Amino acid sequence: MSGNIYIYIAVMAIVTYLIRVLPLTLIRKQIKNKFLKSFLYYVPYVTLAVMTFPAIIHQTQSTSSGILALVVGVLVAWMGFDLFKTAVSCCAIVFILELFII
Amino acid sequence: MNPTLAKYSLKKQNNRKVFLKGMQDGIPIGLGYLAVSFSLGIAAKKAGLTAIQGFITSLLCNASAGEYVGFTLIAANALYLEMAFGTLIANARYMLMSCAISQRTEPGLSIWHRMGLSFCITDELFGITIAREGFINPNYTYGAMFVATNGWAIGTALGIIAGNILPLRLVSAFSVALYGMFLAIIIPPARKEKIIALLIVVCFVLSYLCSVLPVISNLSDGTRTIILTVVISTTASILFPRNDDEEAEA
Repeated sequence: MSGNIYIYIAVMAIVTYLIRVLPLTLIRKQIKNKFLKSFLYYVPYVTLAVMTFPAIIHQTQSTSSGILALVVGVLVAWMGFDLFKTAVSCCAIVFILELFII
Repeated sequence: MNPTLAKYSLKKQNNRKVFLKGMQDGIPIGLGYLAVSFSLGIAAKKAGLTAIQGFITSLLCNASAGEYVGFTLIAANALYLEMAFGTLIANARYMLMSCAISQRTEPGLSIWHRMGLSFCITDELFGITIAREGFINPNYTYGAMFVATNGWAIGTALGIIAGNILPLRLVSAFSVALYGMFLAIIIPPARKEKIIALLIVVCFVLSYLCSVLPVISNLSDGTRTIILTVVISTTASILFPRNDDEEAEA
């Protein structure tokens, strides 16, 4: 079965908006449940980590440049550089390495 | 009429100034978005979206990880329910940010401003909004959002258009931008908290195993992401429940 692309977009947009709008309009007190708080706290890191690896090493033309992008990205972010600089560093290292190996 | 509607009206010069200040602060964010969403556009292109469709998606969703999951689910012909659940999981962090913003707005803030501010919750816009002193003036966030979201949507469209015009070398390089952005979000907190660092390592290992082991590797990327996120986050919440004081600094 192939879904309608506009329905997909509508589902994405509506769900994304509901996530953002419900707490701010409905919850006027702090969440008390410890498990729920912990879960909500960990979710972003877990999702992003799971999505990053191993996907990052399959995006580039060569696996080695993908691995290097991961290493460089972790180092640059660890040193405290912002989002834009981290992203650019990853791109640059892939570009440079692939000039030599491909 | 709610008094905050008049208070934050753009008819007031002060609010126009705040809006412009927001636009100004939104410029570096918008430029960053433009570059990063280019690689999102490449993912959208793989899922079969046109430039217009990509533009609309980015304008309406305004989310990096969430849209990326969405595009992989579209590419996999997922069910609409899978799409709803995948979007929910990938964007769950915005729920936390929305909670945080609710603590920083004027208590009587009009529902319209609450709905408007909600639309602007992204990692970066949340960051600059929460960093300001006192109650949030929504006009600041609107100004920043106006610049940043356009950068995000235009970048996505450009990625879809130019993804196949650009030389393969450049596409290959750009395709890691999104992951660089993800790393920039997850690594700095890992430096401060050992549990987050440990969690990221566990995620990398399990995610890799799930991509090569039989049966589970046949599932779509999006579905694997959802399963892994729920399982790992639940386990972490049980093993390492967070204390209130830790939460305060987060």
